[in-house]
Amino acid sequence: MAGPSMMETLFQRTLEDLIKGMRLQLIGESAFISKAVEEIRREIKSTDLHTKSIALQKLTYLNSLHDVDMSWAAFHAVECMSSSRFADKRIGYVAASQSFNESTPVLLLITNQLRKDLTSVNEHEASLALECLAKIGTVDLARDLTPEVFTLLSSSKVFVRKKSIGVTMRVFEKYPDAVRVCFKRLVENLESSDPQSLSATVGVFCELAAKDPLSYLPLAPEFYRILVDSKNNWVLIKVLKIFARLAPLEPRLAKKVTEPICEHMRRTGAKSLMFECVRTVVGSLSEYESAVKLAVVKIRELLLEDDPNLKYLGLHALSIVAPKHSWAVLENKEVVIKSLSDEDANIKLESLRLVMAMVSESNIIEISRVLVHYALKSDPEFCNEILGSILSTCSRNFYEIVMDFDWYVSLLGEMSRTPHCQKSEEIEFQLIDVGMRVRDARPELVRLARSLLIDPALLGNPFLHRILSAAAWVSGEYVEFSLNPFELAEALIQPRASLLPTSIRVVYLQSVFKILIFCVNSYLSQTETLADLEPEVPDSISQRENSEASDLASVRALFEREHDEAFNPGVLDRPSTDNSIEDIGNAADGDGQTSTFVSFRKNGFTRESIVNLVNLVEVAMRPLSVSLEVEMLERTCNILGLIEVLKRELPAVFQNEKVLEKEELEVLKLIKLMNDAFSEELGPVSTSAQERVPIPDGLVLKDNLADLDEVMGDVKLPSSSSFSLESPYNGQRMDPASCNVQSKEDSEASSESTSLLAEHRKRHGLYYLPSEGNGTISNDYPPANDLKSGDTNQDDTEDFVKLTAQSLVSKKKPNYAKPRPVVVKLDEGESVPVVLKKRDSRDDLLSGAVRDILLGDDAVKLSSSIKGKEKVNADPLDSKENMHDMENSSHRKSSSRRSKQRPHRKERGQTNPEKLGVEKEEHGGKVKSKSSHRHGRQKSRQKAEGSSDIIAETPVIPDFLL
Amino acid sequence: MIKAVMVMNTQGKPRLAKFYDYEVSLALPSSLSSRAENVSNFVEADAIFGLDSRLVYKHYATLYFVFVFDSSENELAMLDLIQVFVETLDKCFKNVCELDIVFNYGKMQTILDEIVFGGQVLETSSAEVMKVVEEISKLEAASNAITFVPKTVSNWRGR
Repeated sequence: MAGPSMMETLFQRTLEDLIKGMRLQLIGESAFISKAVEEIRREIKSTDLHTKSIALQKLTYLNSLHDVDMSWAAFHAVECMSSSRFADKRIGYVAASQSFNESTPVLLLITNQLRKDLTSVNEHEASLALECLAKIGTVDLARDLTPEVFTLLSSSKVFVRKKSIGVTMRVFEKYPDAVRVCFKRLVENLESSDPQSLSATVGVFCELAAKDPLSYLPLAPEFYRILVDSKNNWVLIKVLKIFARLAPLEPRLAKKVTEPICEHMRRTGAKSLMFECVRTVVGSLSEYESAVKLAVVKIRELLLEDDPNLKYLGLHALSIVAPKHSWAVLENKEVVIKSLSDEDANIKLESLRLVMAMVSESNIIEISRVLVHYALKSDPEFCNEILGSILSTCSRNFYEIVMDFDWYVSLLGEMSRTPHCQKSEEIEFQLIDVGMRVRDARPELVRLARSLLIDPALLGNPFLHRILSAAAWVSGEYVEFSLNPFELAEALIQPRASLLPTSIRVVYLQSVFKILIFCVNSYLSQTETLADLEPEVPDSISQRENSEASDLASVRALFEREHDEAFNPGVLDRPSTDNSIEDIGNAADGDGQTSTFVSFRKNGFTRESIVNLVNLVEVAMRPLSVSLEVEMLERTCNILGLIEVLKRELPAVFQNEKVLEKEELEVLKLIKLMNDAFSEELGPVSTSAQERVPIPDGLVLKDNLADLDEVMGDVKLPSSSSFSLESPYNGQRMDPASCNVQSKEDSEASSESTSLLAEHRKRHGLYYLPSEGNGTISNDYPPANDLKSGDTNQDDTEDFVKLTAQSLVSKKKPNYAKPRPVVVKLDEGESVPVVLKKRDSRDDLLSGAVRDILLGDDAVKLSSSIKGKEKVNADPLDSKENMHDMENSSHRKSSSRRSKQRPHRKERGQTNPEKLGVEKEEHGGKVKSKSSHRHGRQKSRQKAEGSSDIIAETPVIPDFLL
Repeated sequence: MIKAVMVMNTQGKPRLAKFYDYEVSLALPSSLSSRAENVSNFVEADAIFGLDSRLVYKHYATLYFVFVFDSSENELAMLDLIQVFVETLDKCFKNVCELDIVFNYGKMQTILDEIVFGGQVLETSSAEVMKVVEEISKLEAASNAITFVPKTVSNWRGR
């Protein structure tokens, strides 16, 4: 038996051997590790604890750095923990703290071991147990070991005491009732003369106060004393953090601490402490003008430092102060704006946030302009940060700060054309959102959509596809604002549109459909006027329509509702339309189209142009009618069907006859009907709209839909690659039957598309790269930002500084020529739902317990000292008295306070930790042994005397010190 | 509190990883080495370590020392703490280099445990830390020396 054990002991590889071996291994790291784990599994079964512990140590190492599972070794860790040799014990503890969690089954076995080690005379053993408890403490462990932690809290060995202070955080968190036992000792440590214990205690209170500041307000005097007396920067920083959380709750406290904090800010040489003072002032004491001024001076010092860390933190502090004191940002605007071109990404980002914080409705135009300019020259990541922040700032609260939507729409266009732009999703959303919400912006939107759609270079950039989709939708939906719908339709069916993924292509097709209907309808209603139809005609139409009602039953209602206005001769559906179009026509000088506007209006929908358009669309659609994509196929067929109907039913138009026959009114009606359907305005939809739909009776919403998975499993997402980039006509190859039929059309189509190209070139004098180009992005997309020299950059910066200086200084609102257009908003329910943070019940328990200790105890003690019926009345009276006392004593120094208060026996528990300390000393060791018991009794008594408790627990903000 | 302490080399190999907050995952930020030398030492780490997380690192020779913490710690103080940690390592190993850290994993962990306890900073003086580390080493050595001999002897006797 002894043989193998000794062999193992002698030849076992230590951790160092393992590490060395791993560096020299030739078999690959993972193979080496799995071999090592195999070895460990063998060794760890050894009966010799030393062998076992070394195996465990190796396993712990592999788990920590190479992510090897060690949960299986939990019991071995427990065994090592119980070793009498320190080295083995330590290995066991390290392994346990690293690998145990709430669900580790052997956790139940370690309670006694921990208890034994916590009470060990060897401080290092106690320290091991404390470390383990701090890391893996569960509810059970925390509950069972509270007495031991309580004992250690007043240990004479600082080494152990500071760790036991640290462990209370975990214990309180897991087992809030421990507060009743340990809290007073913890508070006593706030007065500890030993800097390490003090630092640990303040650290614990900082964490506790972060979760629930209100409960710790009564301890403010203690913290204040530390703030004034302590010389230790670590402690001061933590105390400042505590005050940053307490000050907003109690204005008198804020007033009190402002001066000492400013004093520290002025005096200290440590940047960390200075920064913490600054952050406390700007974050929590921002009402104190003089303190903020001082803080801003200090921020400026930070900003002018060379150290990027300090600069970054300075900017960060500035961004905290910005919302309440915008002057602070203005004073430092030069630094802020120069930081935009800093090489440090953090600094750039922080200054961008600050610039965006300076934005108001009066300067948004200039700032956006310059920022977009910056974006052109920045690296892709920062470029998108800039674009993203402009987008989110401008769209905030329904485009609150945007006064001029024409400008905003063109800005969106400019951003879309920025190289590296990856915000297409956001831009897509905003283009559509603005279209739906702001009626006045639609003409400009259509103009933007036209310029985006017509530029073939953009089609090659996959990042822009979403934007093009929005542009296509806008062009179809608001086609009545278009100067030249034919051009839009041509742009939508251009050959390079085949570069788009199907999901976007179908939007294009639907828009073509809408535009086609709009054009034909406009032409027909025009002709209708020209033909000087009798006013009775609409009636006859409706009569005839009635006779055929059965066919059109589904759409009849819609038609009946609208046909009155729709048949107003000579006017388009919307009377307002003409005016607004003319507005743009006049405004859009230099567009090259304005001159043709009037003639277009008169001759726009000529017979030839309509025929031409219909033919063009038909030619472009033919090849798509054999598309493999269902969505595309369907929409193409819709268009082709429409064209077929037109050609059959309107021979007058297509066969060169001028007079409109009576029968053709039938199709006229149809076209009008469809046009009306598309003219129906689409509005924004509230995010909460779904919730407001009442659930019909008998509808079970919580049905199990699991079996749907099987059905849905067959449905595959359409793959965008099924549509080839090279040839939009490849569908024919798949379908030999139609090959013959279509071959003629094919050649026609290709020749047609080249002529289309030529036509476009002629018209715009630009764009349209050859369609046989391979369609990759790199060739035809404008080159990425050519970096300009640093000089110009610098100039830009200075320009920007000047610009913003002007716009920021002049606070007057610029007078816009036209008033801000109406932005459609739905009810307030549309705003982003506020997510209420649900508080952890354990936190509540903890703060409840802390309040019991700090406030509740008084009630108990008071009620025990004051008898019977007087109790309820006595409470408020008493607290008033206390307040009075406190006010008196607040004029004295804290050292004299203690002696002064001592005679007032009845207020001894009045939330004054100092007093508690005194009391403890008086009772000596007795308290220590009995305490838990005593607290238990108090607890039950508190329950019995609920009424007085409630009075005490209502936030009695103690007045002392203030 | 401090959520995690990590030491890794410039190739992203971890040399020490200690987590004080169970929610923190083991995703080491590999982007550190792509950062320039003369930029600020903070990284926005919310995406990796959850809300209210800050990350500060310091670069020494071939090693990155990374601390992840929340709003209860001061950023500059954390930078100082890294300095304390490295100074202590330096004292312990006399001109510490990556190899020392590779081969003395246990010791490095002991040092860290003395400085950071359950996410709390408990000790900021490298002299104090050294004292404790030496005591622990002595204890370990003593326990090994005492037990090793009797066990071997008893094994012989048992034969």
